[in-house]
Amino acid sequence: MAASSGALHEPGDQLRAETVERHRATVSLMEELEAIDWYDQRIDASSDEALRRVLAHNRDEEKEHAAMALEWLRRHDAALDGFLGAYLFSDGGIAERAEELEGEERGEGDGPGGASGDAGGSLGIGSLRAR
Amino acid sequence: MNHLYRELAPVSERAWQQIDREAERVLRHFLAGRKLVDFSGPHGWDHGALQLGRVDPAADPPADRVTADVRRVQPLVELRAPFEVARVEIDSIDRGNDAPDLGPVGDAARRAALAEDRSVFHGYAAGGIEGIAQATTHDRLPISDDYNEYPGTVARAVALLQRAGIGGPYGIALGPKCHTGVIETTERGGYPVLEHIRLILGGPVVWAPGVDGAIVLSLRGGDFQLVSGQDLSIGYLDHDAESVRMALVESLAFRVLEPDAAVWLAYTS
Repeated sequence: MAASSGALHEPGDQLRAETVERHRATVSLMEELEAIDWYDQRIDASSDEALRRVLAHNRDEEKEHAAMALEWLRRHDAALDGFLGAYLFSDGGIAERAEELEGEERGEGDGPGGASGDAGGSLGIGSLRAR
Repeated sequence: MNHLYRELAPVSERAWQQIDREAERVLRHFLAGRKLVDFSGPHGWDHGALQLGRVDPAADPPADRVTADVRRVQPLVELRAPFEVARVEIDSIDRGNDAPDLGPVGDAARRAALAEDRSVFHGYAAGGIEGIAQATTHDRLPISDDYNEYPGTVARAVALLQRAGIGGPYGIALGPKCHTGVIETTERGGYPVLEHIRLILGGPVVWAPGVDGAIVLSLRGGDFQLVSGQDLSIGYLDHDAESVRMALVESLAFRVLEPDAAVWLAYTS
């Protein structure tokens, strides 16, 4: 296992296989995001236009890799899936969206039954498949 | 307030919690389709239709040398199971009654679960839903009251799916008659038929009151999709001095994406 992937915080024999797989995906996502950041900085610093274009192309490929790793994580983490569903591609202020969701949890307001999501009053049954 | 109008009901927050909890308990017990098929949503009450990605040519385009196609969509169906709870029972909850008579809530939950599962497994033509049993491309496998034959029949169903290139794990929705027979029967060596079936499938055996016979299906994902607009919720209808009328409400659509991915086990008589 690579050094970063090996950086488990608890003894490996105490971890479930799915936890270790999610750790791999999380580290992979971190590496992709870090690479994007590095490319951004190199592009800013370089004065060679051709090199800047190569770096920008490579940086954007890392974004694809990051999106793929994130999607894998979403499919293997129900809570993350819920939060991504609540925040990604939403309109308006993100902090306001958080307040709106907290209000719904307390049973206030109309709920997100408008543009997406479920109306306040839902029994929250959803899928009953064993994960 | 939203379309459920819960705030208009003469029902306290505490009573709503008890009513919701009772409905949820019964629904989780009776719903079978959601234990076996993919669930998408909830997408909201205003989610009216699924995009099917196909078009139908439209006659008489509105101008010369122009063609017209109409997008094909599958509308969501709104299901409601109304019920009525006595106000004395509702009022007693606020006085600390933790065993109110909420029988009508459970009864409505059973009806709502049955409506959803009948739509999933056997379709609902008026709502544009083709059920799994009707959509499957495989011949029905006959079953009888001889429950010792069930492991063999289930194995044949799994073999049909495998031959069609449908991977597992597999599960089975057992109708009420099948379920009773299967759990009561042991094979000649004393091994329970239920356990043998579970071993063959590699997946869950689900009691499904809405199924006629039994249905073996793949659980690999992507073959059957239950799309929820408004997930099961309780809304307020009206009230008088004696009772409050409410309804369990949901909007849904169901699609069989891979008709090869299920086999129907049907009673011959």
